[in-house]
Amino acid sequence: MNDKEREILLEVKNLSVEFGKSKKNRFRAVDNVSFFIYKGETFGLVGESGSGKTTIGRAIIRLNETTEGEIIFKGKKINGKIDKELDKELTRKIQMIFQDPMASLNERAKVDYIVSEGLYNIKNYKNEEERKAKVEKALLDVGLLPEFLSRFPHEFSGGQRQRIGIARTLVMEPELIIADEPISALDVSIRAQVLNLLSELQKDKGLTYLFIAHDLSVVRFITDRLAVIHKGKIVELAETEKLFNNPLHPYTRSLLSAIPLPDPRREKNKILEVYDPSCHDYTTDKPKWVEIEPEHFVLGNDRELEEYRKMLEN
Amino acid sequence: MEDSKVILSVKDLVVKFKLRGRILTAIREASLDLYEGESLAIVGESGSGKSVFTKTFMGLLDANGWVDSGSIMFEGQDLAKYKTENDWIKIRGKKIAMVFQDPMTSLNPLKTIGKQVQEAVELHQGLKKEEAKKAVIEILRDVGISEPERRYKQYPHEFSGGMRQRVVIAIAVACKPRILICDEPTTALDVTIQAQILNLLKRLKDKYNLTTIYITHDLGVVANVADRIAVMYAGDIIEIGKCEEVFYNPQHPYTWALLSSLPQLGIKGKPLHSIKGTPPNLFYDIKGDAFAPRNPKALKIDFVEKPPYFTVSPTHKAKTWLLDPRAPKVEPPESIAILRKQWGLNKDE
Repeated sequence: MNDKEREILLEVKNLSVEFGKSKKNRFRAVDNVSFFIYKGETFGLVGESGSGKTTIGRAIIRLNETTEGEIIFKGKKINGKIDKELDKELTRKIQMIFQDPMASLNERAKVDYIVSEGLYNIKNYKNEEERKAKVEKALLDVGLLPEFLSRFPHEFSGGQRQRIGIARTLVMEPELIIADEPISALDVSIRAQVLNLLSELQKDKGLTYLFIAHDLSVVRFITDRLAVIHKGKIVELAETEKLFNNPLHPYTRSLLSAIPLPDPRREKNKILEVYDPSCHDYTTDKPKWVEIEPEHFVLGNDRELEEYRKMLEN
Repeated sequence: MEDSKVILSVKDLVVKFKLRGRILTAIREASLDLYEGESLAIVGESGSGKSVFTKTFMGLLDANGWVDSGSIMFEGQDLAKYKTENDWIKIRGKKIAMVFQDPMTSLNPLKTIGKQVQEAVELHQGLKKEEAKKAVIEILRDVGISEPERRYKQYPHEFSGGMRQRVVIAIAVACKPRILICDEPTTALDVTIQAQILNLLKRLKDKYNLTTIYITHDLGVVANVADRIAVMYAGDIIEIGKCEEVFYNPQHPYTWALLSSLPQLGIKGKPLHSIKGTPPNLFYDIKGDAFAPRNPKALKIDFVEKPPYFTVSPTHKAKTWLLDPRAPKVEPPESIAILRKQWGLNKDE
């Protein structure tokens, strides 16, 4: 694929998000983050809890206010103040799948209402029949039967509930889906089913995913490009396989070394790399966000970048 | 392992629950011998009964559940016959202790860390005030909490998730139990912290001579910590063997399916292997092999009769008719072959 010809769907430029009003309590959850997502790809965002990965997702979908920087979706700025028309369009085009299917569905509403709630809000259907048809199609798309429409969430298993969560995003015919840890609350055998469903839907409908996760073995399977985030800063970004084969930043390397391997011999003898942030000396030499090889970005100061280049040559 | 002695022996355990007027059989005649000093991992999906199974060792079943039949022999006593709290107090915490999954909810937010550990020390070791405090600080240092004197006076909210799990572990090992049960000890933690906690548990096991049981669904964790693996499905242990045996030479179709659905095996652009269907409804009687309805290659007999254990090696056995000499030869799925190749194993190894 020629990268020059690929269309950029979403671009995040120097984004910062701060929480807390007073100067004392201010907390910078996302710090000067930049990346872009191509149309039709799955872009992964990994990091530990508290690293700010969910905050980025929520900023894109306009749930968190941004402090600095820009978010550009299909050439239009979508953070900060925007007009009503664009807001409505974004509600439809950017959708989100949440982590815990046990907590994210309204227990007192029937599946019919849960899936159509978005439609009711933006009213992009002509009559009752069209709405019904759309909802039924969304259910079929995720492998559920239309007769489930009159049931309540508690009648479903975790995997089925996550499918309902996916159906209610599909019914809006979105272009970008932000999947925030969509499978970490599911069982091992169900995980595979949901992952397969997500990739099938992507193929059929040309969807773009922003996949937020902490489980690196899943991320490696599903994402095309991957960004590693640590304490609000993206420290490395590359094509997934490139990143797994040539991790440069010490944090990325410690994260990769910590992945549990399902192989007793290797797992029992593996060496853990521990990340110590004090290994960076940024007092005089400030870190920069640099494209160190094509499509491979890393955060580091001049001295570190020199080392990284040497590592790449070997 | 072969010559070490059995510390806990479960025989044909049946556990039932009464739910909304109906009877659910959570554990269906499961048997297990636990050897002194070993580390056993019980793997299975949620609802397979792995937590319930170990909870019976400590008398922690919910009020609507009971041991219907079978025995749990520990130090010459049958724990399955224990009824009152007075019986259990001699075992619980003192001889068999547990580390729970979520460190965010298993500590009391209103008490200092020190007091919570001290509670266990005072109750089970009979130590008083200053002496007890000294013991607590010693334990806190043991589980890798720096500056234990200062940390002693702090509350759980001042600790991070990984640190809280260390405190939970400290409480569990405070009474030097013989058996430590870890119920999904790292599921709620980040990858990097997860590795640290596993290392800590392994170190404590050696130091205190613990026998440990891990309950988990993460095969990566299992590969790291376990000497032996028991695979649980629908309330029964369907395969048990040494860690290498179960990983490198799995026998039961469910174990095959579990290994095949590992994301590490996935090839980008191709669907990941997934187990069709859902686990059986435990409200009903299960006839034959519980996994048969989800097994595309199930034999006829799988639907008729429950398979007994077949021995693969002295340390490895599985409940599947495939191991019967009369059974047709069914090869494990292709994904298992790929997995073996990844591990660099030969055909016969």
